[in-house]
Amino acid sequence: MGEAIVVTSGKGGVGKTTTSANVGTVLALQGKKVCLVDTDIGLRNLDVVMGLENRIIYDLVDVAQGRCKLNQALVKDKRFECLSLLPAAQTTDKDSIQPDQMKKIIDTLKADFDYIIIDCPAGIERGFKNAVAGADHAIVVTTPEISSVRDADRIIGLLEQEKQVSPPRLIINRIRQHLLKSGEMLEIDEIMNILAIDLIGIVIDDDGVISSSNKGEPIALNPSSKAAMAYRNIGRRILGETVPLMDLDEKQGFFHRVKALLGMR
Amino acid sequence: MPATQSLVTIKGRKDGLVLVMNEACAYRDLLIELKEKLAASTNLNKNGPVISVKIEMGNRYIDADQRDQLKQIIHSYDHLKVEEIHSNVLTYAELDKIKEQEKMVTMVRIVRSGQVLSVQGNLLLIGDVNPGGVISASGNIYVLGSLRGVASAGQGEDRKDAVIVASIMAPTQLKIGVTMSRNERNTAEVLTERHMFECAYLDEHIGKIVIDRIQTTMKKGNLPFTLNKM
Ligand SMILES: Nc1ncnc2c1ncn2[C@@H]1O[C@H](COP(=O)(O)OP(=O)(O)OP(=O)(O)O)[C@@H](O)[C@H]1O
Ligand SMILES: [Mg+2]
Repeated sequence: MGEAIVVTSGKGGVGKTTTSANVGTVLALQGKKVCLVDTDIGLRNLDVVMGLENRIIYDLVDVAQGRCKLNQALVKDKRFECLSLLPAAQTTDKDSIQPDQMKKIIDTLKADFDYIIIDCPAGIERGFKNAVAGADHAIVVTTPEISSVRDADRIIGLLEQEKQVSPPRLIINRIRQHLLKSGEMLEIDEIMNILAIDLIGIVIDDDGVISSSNKGEPIALNPSSKAAMAYRNIGRRILGETVPLMDLDEKQGFFHRVKALLGMR
Repeated sequence: MPATQSLVTIKGRKDGLVLVMNEACAYRDLLIELKEKLAASTNLNKNGPVISVKIEMGNRYIDADQRDQLKQIIHSYDHLKVEEIHSNVLTYAELDKIKEQEKMVTMVRIVRSGQVLSVQGNLLLIGDVNPGGVISASGNIYVLGSLRGVASAGQGEDRKDAVIVASIMAPTQLKIGVTMSRNERNTAEVLTERHMFECAYLDEHIGKIVIDRIQTTMKKGNLPFTLNKM
């Protein structure tokens, strides 16, 4: 029986889809059977980021409405045998599927996969409820900006009301290198102070993320990038390993503190 | 009832008048005698400084309408002001209300953005109120944590004596009774030790909410009644 992890944020454009693609990829790299589920109906992206757009025949809504079998809608990844994608529909809207239908689909997938990574749309309405319906765990993505942290807080509050979801964990995405260099570290402390949930990783802002998304190749496949290392570490933490934060040797003190936040020495 | 026994006794004190009301006679008779006595006190008709009046009802229950009626009679004399109407008797409903007002509700949680935590009585919150979160109580609010959202104390009946205390006071807005204040402080500044453990109360002289370190509030000795009682 696999585990379903929803990747959510409240605010749009903070990196949910990027995180889903990369976390799914690193788990597949570790040999796990992974299914990515795009629940952003009407604004699907995950297929593009994974470079699988041209292989889509059926989608999530087709499955929910019985137009095809679940297996028929799954798109196999080009690189990994053990990685699949259940794409979102592009031509309908978020109301064309109900949370209970969603839960049934996720439950079915859990029988066949080790990890189901659910890419949640922005917002707190139906799309969010759909995405969370079948999840066992949640990863909240935020950037180091006040508005993004506010929305993350709101989402954490909503997730805490979902009894079947374990306490959410946090990824802080798009951390700017020059902020690290200038010693402007309060941000991370302040974010952790406010959100008060476990940190599962920090990902720097990396131009490579954008170019690799455009190529349909998740950056996690390129081990020379620091963002890729961050995603690999997040993957290992999901698998239960205790992984220290890699040292970007910009600011010892900073990582020392983040390690403390992660409960490491 | 013998006509000689008086039902309303007016006593003069340094700080005003005390009207002691017979507790056994008919209420109607009380009113009649009260009006007569006030009319007979020639010195009450003179213009002078405002005199405060306390009414002592003894063991007689007196409801809200009756309180209003008594006030109306007394306030027909311009320079008389009813300070207090005291009775030894409460209804169960009133007692329950008082019990509810004095109750301490303890919560251990984080009030996150978009969440509202509202209680009858005093609220002891162990945890933070994040920006965008709202807490509200009919009595006082004590936050063992960071108050970064909106807090409203003394709600429902405009309790001006309610206070808001927080380990870290960095609210976006505070409200005591119907008086509201915005925080103009910048949040980074609040995190210094100087701003740890502060108390917000309504300063009635200036009609504004004041935030002080709890130690300063205590030194000033003008602590609101509710906090004194603790
Ligand atoms: N660590 C990063 N460094 C640089 N660019 C990033 C990073 N993470 C995400 N981005 C870029 O930010 C943009 C938004 O990312 P993404 O689509 O993953 O966000 P999202 O939360 O899924 O958005 P939406 O709410 O629209 O679904 C993309 O252009 C992506 O390439
Ligand atoms: Mg997305």
